[in-house]
Amino acid sequence: MQTDKTRYWLLAAPALAVMIVFYIWPLVNIWAISMTEPALGFGNYVKMTESQAVQTSFVITFRVAALTTVICVLLGYICAYSITNVIRSARPLLIAMVLLPFWVSVLIRSFAWIVLLGRSGLVNDAMRDIGLIDAPMRLMHNEFGVVLAMVHVMLPFAVLPMMANMRGIDRAYTEAARGLGASEFTAFRMVYLPQTLPGVASGALLVFVLSLGFYITPALLGGGRVLMVSEYITYQIQEFLNWGLGTAISVALLVATALVLIVAARFVNLRSALLERS
Amino acid sequence: MTDAILSIRNALKTYGETNALDHVDLDVAEGEFLTLLGPSGSGKTTLLTAVAGFTQLTAGTVSMRGANITSLPPEKRGFGMVFQGYALFPTMTVGQNVGFPLKVRGVGKAEIRDRVKECLDLVQMAAFADRMPSQLSGGQQQRVALARALSFRPQVLLLDEPLSALDKKLRADLQWELKALHEKLGVTFIYVTHDQEEALSMSDRIVILSGGKIQQAGDPETLYNRPRTGFVANFLGKSNFADAKVLAHLPGAAACDLGGAAVEIDSPAPPPVGTTARVALRPERIVLGAAGGPGVPGRVAQISYLGERAQLIVETDTLGPLLVSRPTWKAGIHPERDLPVTLTWDRDACVFLEEA
Repeated sequence: MQTDKTRYWLLAAPALAVMIVFYIWPLVNIWAISMTEPALGFGNYVKMTESQAVQTSFVITFRVAALTTVICVLLGYICAYSITNVIRSARPLLIAMVLLPFWVSVLIRSFAWIVLLGRSGLVNDAMRDIGLIDAPMRLMHNEFGVVLAMVHVMLPFAVLPMMANMRGIDRAYTEAARGLGASEFTAFRMVYLPQTLPGVASGALLVFVLSLGFYITPALLGGGRVLMVSEYITYQIQEFLNWGLGTAISVALLVATALVLIVAARFVNLRSALLERS
Repeated sequence: MTDAILSIRNALKTYGETNALDHVDLDVAEGEFLTLLGPSGSGKTTLLTAVAGFTQLTAGTVSMRGANITSLPPEKRGFGMVFQGYALFPTMTVGQNVGFPLKVRGVGKAEIRDRVKECLDLVQMAAFADRMPSQLSGGQQQRVALARALSFRPQVLLLDEPLSALDKKLRADLQWELKALHEKLGVTFIYVTHDQEEALSMSDRIVILSGGKIQQAGDPETLYNRPRTGFVANFLGKSNFADAKVLAHLPGAAACDLGGAAVEIDSPAPPPVGTTARVALRPERIVLGAAGGPGVPGRVAQISYLGERAQLIVETDTLGPLLVSRPTWKAGIHPERDLPVTLTWDRDACVFLEEA
C-alpha cells in the first residue's frame, strides 16, 4: 500500500520531470560547458575576472538594479500606502491599475518606451514643438532610459508585497499612537513604518533579484550602450560563439544572485518575503 | 458644575440618517471614575472617541477645564488611552511601549527609564520590560497598555472596553486592580463598557446610553434601585414590569391598584392620581411564601439553579409571569416545578418608571 507521502510525490512528479529535463539538466550542462570549452579547467573564469568589459558589465548591472530597486520601493511604498490607507472606495480600481501592466508583454511595453523616448519620440517632439528645447534630448540608449523603463516593469513587484503587508496592519496602532500624544508623522515614523519594513524588504529583494537578470528592457532601451550582464552573455554566445566565456559569466551571475539572497537572508525572513504573499 | 474637568455640551454626531450621539450633555468631575454603559450602537464609544478626538462632532463642544478642545487633534488633548484590543506596538518592547508617550513628548532618556520602571511596577510588570508584546498573555498585555496610558501622567484616562477580550475570572481580578489604581492615582477615569457588572463594581458614576441619548446618570446604587426608565431597569440587572393604577397619594407613597390588588408603593413624587404608570420590580425583592398566605398567588413554572442563587419563573394570574431570584441557602419552602406559592414584596420594592 502506498503511503500518503509517496502519493503526493507522484502528484508532483510531472512538474518535477519537466523541471529536471528542461531546466536543471541544461543548467548543469551550462556549468559543464563553462569548465570544458575550449579546454578543461578554470580558464574561462580566469579570463572573465581579467576582462575589463565583464567587470564593467557587472558594475552596470548592480548599479541599474540598485537604482531601480530604490526608486521602485519609494514609489511603490507611496502607492501601496495610498491604496491601503487613504483611498478606500477606489481600491479595486487602483489594484487593477497596478496589475494591468502584468497583462501586457514586457516586449510591447519596452517598444512603447522607445516610441516615447526616442530621438524623434513623442517626448522630444512635443518639447521641441513647445519650444522648451532646441535639439532632441538623449532620453534612451543610456542608463536613464533603462532605469525608467525597468521601474515601470518592476513597480508591481514592489507594490504587491508591500500592499499585502500593509493590509495586515491594524489602523488601531496609529490611532493608539496619536491618542498617546504622537503627531500624525511621528505615529507614521515610529509605529507604522517599522511594521511595514518586512514588506519593504520583500518588495526590494524581489525587484533587485529580478532586475539583476533582466534582459529585454535593458537590451532595447540600452541600445547596446548599457550592457547589463544578461545582454553581455547573449553577445558572447550569439555574436562571438564564445560559449565558454558566456556560460562562465552566466554561472557568475547565478552565484552573485545567490549571494545576494544569502546576505539578505541574514536580515529578512526569506520564507515570508518571497513565498507567502497573502 | 464647578469642579468639572471635562464638559460635553449638546454633542451631536450623525452618520447619514442616524444619530450616533443625540444632543448629549455631560460633565465629568475631577478624579471621578465615570462609566459610559450601553448596548452596542448606543453611542458610548462614539462619545469616548469624540472626547479623545478621533471622532469629529457634527455639532456641540467638548471642553477641558473651560478650554474648548472640540477641534484639537487627539495628540494635542493629552489624555491617556487604553484601547480595546490593547494596540501595543508589535515592533517595540514592553518598556519601549510604556516609554512611547514620553518619547514623543521629548522627555529625556534617563527620566523615561525611571518612569517606565515606575509605571511597570504599578501594574506588576517590571520583570517583563524587555519582552515583546506578542510574548505576553492577554492579561499581561492589558496591564502594559494601562502602564503605557499612565506613563506621561495624564489627568484623564480614557478606557475603551479594556477588559472585554479577557476571560471572566481574570476580568474580575483586573476590575479590583483598576479600582485600586484609580483610588491610588486620583486620575479621572472615563470607562466604556457594555458589561453592567463591570460598570457597577468599579464606577463612582454610571452614564447609561441608548440610541445616542443619555438615559440616566447616577451612582451605581441609585441607578440600580431607582431606575428612571424601563430601559435602565432592564439593562442594569433584570426587572419585572407591571402597570399600576394610582388611586391616591399618601405621604411619600401612593396607593395603587396592581393587578387587582391594593398595594402601597413608596415614591417621593408619584404619578398623578387616576393615571396608570409602569412600575419595575427587581426579581430579588420578591419573597416566596407558602400558598394560601397574603400576597399574589402563583405557580412555579421554571427553575434555573445558579449556585448561590436560583432563578424562578412564577406564573401569576394577575401579573403574568414574574422572574424571582432567591438565595439557594434560604430555608423555608423548597421550590419545585408546579408548586403553588404566594409572592410578596416590600412597599419600597416597586419603582415608578417614566414613559421611555
